Amino acid sequence: MTDVLVLLVLLPLAGAVVAALVPARAVVGLVVAVAQLALGVVAAAAVLRDGPVLGELGGWAQPLGIGLRLDGPGAAVGLLSGVVVLAVAAHAAAVPAATGGPGYWPLVLVTVAGLQTVLVADDWFTTYVALELLTVGAVGLVALGGRRAYEPAVRYLCVAVLGSFAYLVAVALVYARTGPLALHDGAAAMPPGAATATVLGLVVVGLGLKSALFPLHAWLPAAHAAAPAAVSPLLSALVVKGSLVVLLRVWTGLGGDAHLGTLVGLLGGLAVLVGGVAAVRQERLKRLVAYSTVAQVGYVVLLVPLVTPSLLDPTDAAAADVARLAWQGGMLILLAHGLAKAAAFLAAGTLVQVAGGDRVADLRGIAARAPVVVMTFGVAGVALAGLPPSLAFVGKWQLLTAAVAGGAWWAVLVLLVGGLLTAAAVARVVATALRRPDDDEDDAPAAGAPVPRRVALPALTLAVLAIGAGVGSAWLADLTLVGTGVGT
Amino acid sequence: MIGSGTEVQASWIPPVILLTSLVPALVIFLLREEQRRARTVLNLAGALAKVGLVAVLVPPVLAGQRFEWRVPFVPGTDLVLRVEPFALYFLGLSAFLWLLTTIYAIGYLREGRDRSRFFGFFSLCVVATSGIALSGNLVTFVVFYELLTLATYPLVAHEQTAAALRGARTYLAYTLAGGVALLLGAVWLTALVGPVEFAASGSAAVGELAERDPATARLLFALLLVGLAVKAALVPLHGWLPRAMVAPAPVSALLHAVAVVKAGVFGIVLLVDDVFGAEVAQRLGVLGPLTVLACVTILWGSVRALRQDGLKARLAYSTVSQVAYVTLGVAVAGATATTGGVVHIVHQGLMKITLFFCAGLLASTLGLTRVSELSGVGRRMPLTCAAFTVGALGMIGVPPVAGYVTKWYLGLGALEAGAGWVLAVLVASSLLNAAYFGPVVARMWWGTPAPEQDLPRPRRAEGPWAMVGPTLVTAGASVVVVLVAGLPFSPLAMARAIVEGGAP
Amino acid sequence: MTARADLFLVLGAVVTLLGAVRLLTTADLLRRVVALNVAGVGTLLVLVALAARGPGDPDPVLHALALTGIVITVAVTGLALVLVRRVEEDDGD
Repeated sequence: MTDVLVLLVLLPLAGAVVAALVPARAVVGLVVAVAQLALGVVAAAAVLRDGPVLGELGGWAQPLGIGLRLDGPGAAVGLLSGVVVLAVAAHAAAVPAATGGPGYWPLVLVTVAGLQTVLVADDWFTTYVALELLTVGAVGLVALGGRRAYEPAVRYLCVAVLGSFAYLVAVALVYARTGPLALHDGAAAMPPGAATATVLGLVVVGLGLKSALFPLHAWLPAAHAAAPAAVSPLLSALVVKGSLVVLLRVWTGLGGDAHLGTLVGLLGGLAVLVGGVAAVRQERLKRLVAYSTVAQVGYVVLLVPLVTPSLLDPTDAAAADVARLAWQGGMLILLAHGLAKAAAFLAAGTLVQVAGGDRVADLRGIAARAPVVVMTFGVAGVALAGLPPSLAFVGKWQLLTAAVAGGAWWAVLVLLVGGLLTAAAVARVVATALRRPDDDEDDAPAAGAPVPRRVALPALTLAVLAIGAGVGSAWLADLTLVGTGVGT
Repeated sequence: MIGSGTEVQASWIPPVILLTSLVPALVIFLLREEQRRARTVLNLAGALAKVGLVAVLVPPVLAGQRFEWRVPFVPGTDLVLRVEPFALYFLGLSAFLWLLTTIYAIGYLREGRDRSRFFGFFSLCVVATSGIALSGNLVTFVVFYELLTLATYPLVAHEQTAAALRGARTYLAYTLAGGVALLLGAVWLTALVGPVEFAASGSAAVGELAERDPATARLLFALLLVGLAVKAALVPLHGWLPRAMVAPAPVSALLHAVAVVKAGVFGIVLLVDDVFGAEVAQRLGVLGPLTVLACVTILWGSVRALRQDGLKARLAYSTVSQVAYVTLGVAVAGATATTGGVVHIVHQGLMKITLFFCAGLLASTLGLTRVSELSGVGRRMPLTCAAFTVGALGMIGVPPVAGYVTKWYLGLGALEAGAGWVLAVLVASSLLNAAYFGPVVARMWWGTPAPEQDLPRPRRAEGPWAMVGPTLVTAGASVVVVLVAGLPFSPLAMARAIVEGGAP
Repeated sequence: MTARADLFLVLGAVVTLLGAVRLLTTADLLRRVVALNVAGVGTLLVLVALAARGPGDPDPVLHALALTGIVITVAVTGLALVLVRRVEEDDGD
């Protein structure tokens, strides 16, 4: 199984090199995407069956070597990455204009390699390097958006690297205190106290910057909106998740901190509300979708304060139940958001192209020309709002149950209001798209060519998956717990 | 008849019932606009299969058999679909009326646009309604209840005009907000007592909670009720219903007779009888306020209906009033009143769908949408107007149309329960019903058409048979259900069986 | 040894903070890149100071971390400068 972990990293890396050299880049991209998904399935099945998969890169032992460990959340996000990358690659292959240029394919594969390294890395320092790889790939992808994208790309780069510095200091602090350290297991070496709180604080700020956790989110809407149509889905669905997974791993690995946990939860709550309101008010379609990502990051970190009591007192059975529910709920929301947001961004990209403008108002009546794409956006929106029977609803149910059982009524309120805000933002877009010109108006949109099936299908598949995966998702919820030590 | 000797068996039947409308829905979405024949065949095959399945299930279920299907939803909680008498009762209504409405809609939309989308969501709406009927626990109910909201939005917005989208937005805002209350109530209750299974005389765990912590139990009842009351259009949460009138006639018919509004009251019946149990609810003291709320809704809806000139608007306010009868029945409690409420689910469905079918016929063949335009229309569309008259008389409570049976049981039940004042409300409501339906009927048959309405149309102007046929069938059915009330499988007999099975 | 290391630790933290604040408050892209490098220097200072805090020789692993950090920062700065130049070229058009 260790080979699978190594392959998960090396395959996209090798693919990136090949894609940079050969002319048939899209083919390379698609082949790697398919192989990536297959590897992801194999790895997830192994983790679900036997627990976390361990390994060492090149056979070097710690502290010099690179420790590998694929836990449940890593495997689940890897699976998500397999599905999303394949769908986005299919879309990109069908619409070359959506890629932003020939640099797209190597950059996508570098980014995927970065993400996979983040997911399988087990030591603090490898994770740092992997996060930088992820960042550089993602920034390069944003820059493909052309002249309007350069400035957001620089902004994104500076903020993300600043976040890395904070993380690096945290790594040094941990190392100076305890020596080489596996990411997943530091609670014994770092007892609760000021030092642990400092490390956690630095990690929250650093990875919060990279994940666009409110109030460190200002860079995200600009960067994700300016990126090409086949890039935004990857950024929102996957790149943001990489740093988020590390944040959660560090949190559970070091055993958390009560006050800081509450603070993170409150920031998450504010993110849901601020991101939700901003999405409702956006005039531009892609910014609307991007602000919803800010809100969704907030949903996920709501699990932090609910998990923390159990981390601090592992003997408390009631707290352990709450922690398990909250963890599963938050992780399912993370996965559901990945599927739904990728679908929403792909659909939004197509709509912008068909409408010839990215204002919501430009979409008026577009349902007549691109009915399937509008439907995709609507279905993805249902999943984003966490309405049944979507996967996000299952996650929301879990998280709500945890919040009620843990007495976190503010989190309950946030979850409920946040869903309504997302629904309002999506409903506005769908209603505009449906609006048929009155009979006495003659500014009927010129009937352009219909959107071909191979363009519309990848996004629709993701959206339907985001809805359908909710039924019978108990295995996925179980997978997210494997090897995390939450609620045990 | 039901209470003892029930036998639950795991079965694929419940999901197959959903598939009879889910498969047509998904295939229809994939059809091209001009594949009219394929769409019609799929629609009718699905609807007929569902009616057939329900018919086959009635005898074994009334004999005590239960068919159940479970799939894990979240660790520790299952999605449960279960065929039991009340489920089958609601399912039967929706299957029967879906079949007729589909035929009607095919006629109504014969030259319409976006028919694949329409019929796709139409079928999806039936999936949701069937799921609500079959729900075996609270989570399952919430899932399908919200799915219904989503599936009906595109139907309400079907015309895609500014007015249609406004109406649809209002509908969505009300129902999603209601959904939030329902979700909170369901999650909270589940967090306190574990997965809440619907049981004949209330969930035992919920009963214990009511003993232990009556204040929280009351709050939870209120939360769940608010969520259900939005769809059930209880005053003051009824505002969406008149505005959703922008929907095409078959959608309005379905919304008012089987799908949305009925899902709301069906949920209220479940909440009172199968979640809390009538006795527990009585002890908590929540039924008194619910009775008052139902009575206020009955009167307020009728008063508002009086002043509407738009025919569909008048019918909409009439629905607000009539559907509250069901709530009234369970709120008054006691076997007789509850039977009256439960039987009204079917009776109101038959009568109201007839009225909406007629409104659609009048609008689509002669372009008449206002009460004031209907003078003398009975001479041009006698069949339609006859059907309308039957429905209107039933609403007023004139025998032998279905409405009077309901009012009889409700009145009797109110007296048994010692709530004589409810009788006054029923009488007042009947007078108001007569006041807003009487003039419409009178105008149809005996009014003189305004001169500008003498357009060069044939004197007889009935709509196509695909529309008139279902209208006559539902009108006939609202009389037949009363004539056969004594037979074993009549709605009244089923309602009695459901209530007696639920009584401790 | 430790006292002087602590001084550098505080100094590193202050420099990092100054760089970070400037980075987050300025709109000019080139200033941002410079501020990022200031923050980077501060961070490396913290790392080296931490390495020198313990008894005995400075910890080589932390120096290795610092070196990797330098390499990555240089690479990232290069990327950032390319993008900044493109923005300015466009503005010049």
